[in-house]
Amino acid sequence: MSHELHMLGVAELAALLDGKQVSSVELTKHLLARVAAHEALGAFLAVDEEVALAQAGAADLWRARGIHGAGHPLLGVPIAHKDIFVTRDFPSTAGSKMLAGYHSPFDATVVSRLAAAGAVALGKLNCDEFAMGGSNENSAYQPARNPWDTTRIPGGSSGGSAVAVAARLVPGATGTDTGGSVRQPASLTGVTGIKPTYGRCSRYGMIAFASSLDQAGPMARSALDCAHLLQAMSGFDPRDATSAEQPVPDFVAETTALRPGASADRPLAGLRIGLPKEFFGEGVAPGVLGTVRAALAELEKLGATLVEVSLPRTELSIPVYYIIAPAEASSNLSRYDGVRYGHRAKDYKDLGEMYRASRSEGFGPEVKRRIMIGAYVLSHGYYDAYYLQAQKLRRMIADDFQAAFKDCDLIAGPVAPTVARAIGSQTDPVAEYLADIFTLPASLAGLPGISVPAGFGEHGMPVGLQLIGNYWQEGALLHAGHALQQATDWHCRAPALA
Amino acid sequence: MALTPEDVSRIASLARLDLSDAERHDLLAQLNDFFGIVERMRAVDTSGVEPLYTPLSAVQDVHLRLREDSVSEPDNREANQKSAPAVEGGLFLVPRVIE
Repeated sequence: MSHELHMLGVAELAALLDGKQVSSVELTKHLLARVAAHEALGAFLAVDEEVALAQAGAADLWRARGIHGAGHPLLGVPIAHKDIFVTRDFPSTAGSKMLAGYHSPFDATVVSRLAAAGAVALGKLNCDEFAMGGSNENSAYQPARNPWDTTRIPGGSSGGSAVAVAARLVPGATGTDTGGSVRQPASLTGVTGIKPTYGRCSRYGMIAFASSLDQAGPMARSALDCAHLLQAMSGFDPRDATSAEQPVPDFVAETTALRPGASADRPLAGLRIGLPKEFFGEGVAPGVLGTVRAALAELEKLGATLVEVSLPRTELSIPVYYIIAPAEASSNLSRYDGVRYGHRAKDYKDLGEMYRASRSEGFGPEVKRRIMIGAYVLSHGYYDAYYLQAQKLRRMIADDFQAAFKDCDLIAGPVAPTVARAIGSQTDPVAEYLADIFTLPASLAGLPGISVPAGFGEHGMPVGLQLIGNYWQEGALLHAGHALQQATDWHCRAPALA
Repeated sequence: MALTPEDVSRIASLARLDLSDAERHDLLAQLNDFFGIVERMRAVDTSGVEPLYTPLSAVQDVHLRLREDSVSEPDNREANQKSAPAVEGGLFLVPRVIE
């Protein structure tokens, strides 16, 4: 049975562990061997067998003593963390040379909550530097490779998380989404990933990129597995000033429960799904559009009603996001000065030169680009024209969603305009920004969004369906995703690995 | 309105970045490309619209939360300075700033 363990998801493994058919130590050893065998995928930046096996041993001991069940649904289940979360047990680099070898004195809240739920952390996952990018090529260490075609990108910035889940190295992983960094790599690798409402998961210990946009989210094989992980990750945290004092529902129950007026055959009866006409226009690859439309037809068969809506400022979300996120980044990343932590240059004459040399050596090109944009739009004489204008448009974009939600319960569309491109095939950074068009609007509004596998498009590469909900409606997104996954098996397809 | 090489140098100085000639050259072209996209945004009439600094304030009142002004963290100096580039006697070392 051991050779198939890696094919099982979070909920299935929890059931095996509960039935004592496998121990967490056996499971952890099996997955560690698999991680080592597929090192060439570039998914991990750090793995620690000793740490992982100690956690697994503790989980087995707790279970033997009868501490399991409802309070610890993840007890003994191996996962891994995007290297944007700080961890006491592993180095934390944010995919940057700036933080090479950095050891955090504390765990991020998301990390400690998953540990408290009993999850076993195998290590840290590759990502674009400081979560800036959509390809994982901006990692200062190595590109992560799409397991469906290792010459292609897995997307980003949570690229390593997507690869690890898609390649069946771990059943679940953490990611973060600032402008699409959970949803887009999930789409490009055929896994399920949810970005919750802004404020749902604590940002404490998430290395900051753009603080008014950053949100943690789980990535796994199915909506149900995401529900299990999100349950443990969510909730108010006094250590994050923008953490919401919002009750956390039972996500697993909301994912699986039959809704009023629905039946087993038509679980989505009564659900109105809005299709923004701006999400289905030119610029979306035919294979992506066809796959998304087929998934929507499936949702219709399950009882949902499709209605047309409009998000008229979809295209404007690109400049708005790429003003606001770099502005916040330039401010957040000013902390890297070579004094308290991070890289310090070897040669400098004075303090100013030490700052400049340390930052110039430590940051990669995309990070420098965004710091430059941010410093410019916040500078004297430009603030009103760029930053303030972007924040006003941000409200108009958020209002557009509220207008659309008058006519529908969820909004659906593609996650990305194309399937995963080849590694190294995009050299124009500004053109790369344009590919974020369908994930940015929900990010700017702070709304929850999910990507669920919908099939395959060009070159046989995976395509995700994006569903966007109103504030705090993660349960409705997971429920719709789960209904689709009960009726289709796209999420069960696994890449053939060399 | 296109940025000039002088603008790039000024921004780099604000951002405390030293740029090589090649980086300066690439950034000038890339930033001008980028601000080409931004022009469309500037043309939109936003008069009377309140900026949305934090997303939840689109639908609810968001007030800044302040904690009690009391000691909540233990002294963890050694662990906190573990990753510092240069430390002596519990202090961070930097080049001399006062002669």
